[in-house]
Amino acid sequence: MSVSLSDASIYRFLWVYPALQESVERMKPVGKHSLGASGEISDFQEILRYLDELILYDNMWDDGNSLGPKEVHNYLTRVMYNRRNKFNPLWNSLVLGGVKNGQKYLGMVSMIGVHFEDNHVATGFGNHLARPILRDEWHENLSFEDGVKLLEKCMRVLLYRDRSAVNKLQIAKITEEGVTISQPYALKTFWNFAAFQNPTVGAEGSWKVTITGDSLSLPPSPTMGDSSSTVIDYGNRLDI
Amino acid sequence: MTKQQANWSPYDNNGGTCVAIAGANYCVIAADTRMSTGYSILTRDYSKICKLADKSVMASSGFQADVRALQKVLAARHLIYQHQHNKQMSCPAMAQLLSNTLYYKRFFPYYAFNVLGGLDNEGKGCVFTYDAVGSYERVGYSSQGSGSTLIMPFLDNQLKSPSPLLLPAKDAVTPLSEPEAIDLVKTCFASATERDIYTGDKLEIVVLNAAGIRSEYMELRKD
Repeated sequence: MSVSLSDASIYRFLWVYPALQESVERMKPVGKHSLGASGEISDFQEILRYLDELILYDNMWDDGNSLGPKEVHNYLTRVMYNRRNKFNPLWNSLVLGGVKNGQKYLGMVSMIGVHFEDNHVATGFGNHLARPILRDEWHENLSFEDGVKLLEKCMRVLLYRDRSAVNKLQIAKITEEGVTISQPYALKTFWNFAAFQNPTVGAEGSWKVTITGDSLSLPPSPTMGDSSSTVIDYGNRLDI
Repeated sequence: MTKQQANWSPYDNNGGTCVAIAGANYCVIAADTRMSTGYSILTRDYSKICKLADKSVMASSGFQADVRALQKVLAARHLIYQHQHNKQMSCPAMAQLLSNTLYYKRFFPYYAFNVLGGLDNEGKGCVFTYDAVGSYERVGYSSQGSGSTLIMPFLDNQLKSPSPLLLPAKDAVTPLSEPEAIDLVKTCFASATERDIYTGDKLEIVVLNAAGIRSEYMELRKD
């Protein structure tokens, strides 16, 4: 998920796959820009190889001009679309950011070639949870620090609400000069809500349902801290 | 062993609505700027209108990647035409090219619903309407896309479309003036935005007349 600022672009990505690997790099510098991906990591690595070759040929011209983020975004769109046409897609959602001639650029390409440019983009759950926050709070004159705070706010929401999220992330800062990607770090979170205390209270679940006479009784459910058991009386209705 | 079904689709519907109205000496082409997928909005500021030639403007909704590829193919073909014939393509010629390009992919179609507007060789407004595989017809007005079912009946009523059975055939080009037609288009989109979730955010209107091409924008509801 990314946010673009007045003279620089920032990215932020959450790392997942805690079980498979210690850490997975989902964001890489590409020339003077930065590319991030969600989805299949092996396909992302192949895309990085294509881009390596693209940047290499661009540099070989040695003409003082280099491919801007718009051009690289267009190239990636064509690559993704052509693979989709052959019914063999690269299973990624790509985010590309960069700055050229003072113009900032932030674009996204999906695995079937749907692409667009905007002031803020996101992949996966970010579209549902983060974009609304960004639509409300993004504005043209965000400073870098404020941009980072805004992204951290979004990432925290995702951390709480996306079950596949992990508390380890990186930020990339892209300016006219180039890209710097931060070291991975964790966000501060708060889990001391009352409902999270004694998490095993409801562990028996609904398996233990006893029908005595006219009423059903279930094991106590974890309520707001009180320890009295609650019997839910459904009367004669056994079809619930 | 059951046959394995595909677990991804090469198509997606990115929504949006397009409208075009032909006048005696002008043509109005309009489309909203919302791009969606499923129940999410991807961006509120994406243009569906593409100027193919001096006198041909196309608006397309549907699957955005296919729409973009279609626009690129037509732009490339127009460039070749200009190199070979040293002139711009006329709107009816572009209409035929678009139809052929769509039919070329008859068995893996461009999921694009197009409306082509422009001025014909006499300077009169013309609108061509298409389906996804290239079937087309010259009409006085048309709408395509997610809001077309809401807009088309309203246009039929307001522009008093003549019956196709009439002999001699009556011209469907509207006698409305340019400002009146633009107002009608704005009304169409304001209404479609109310009921169609894929239509909204902003309306882009392109007007073609003897003086040239100009664009206008209008805000639409963002919910």
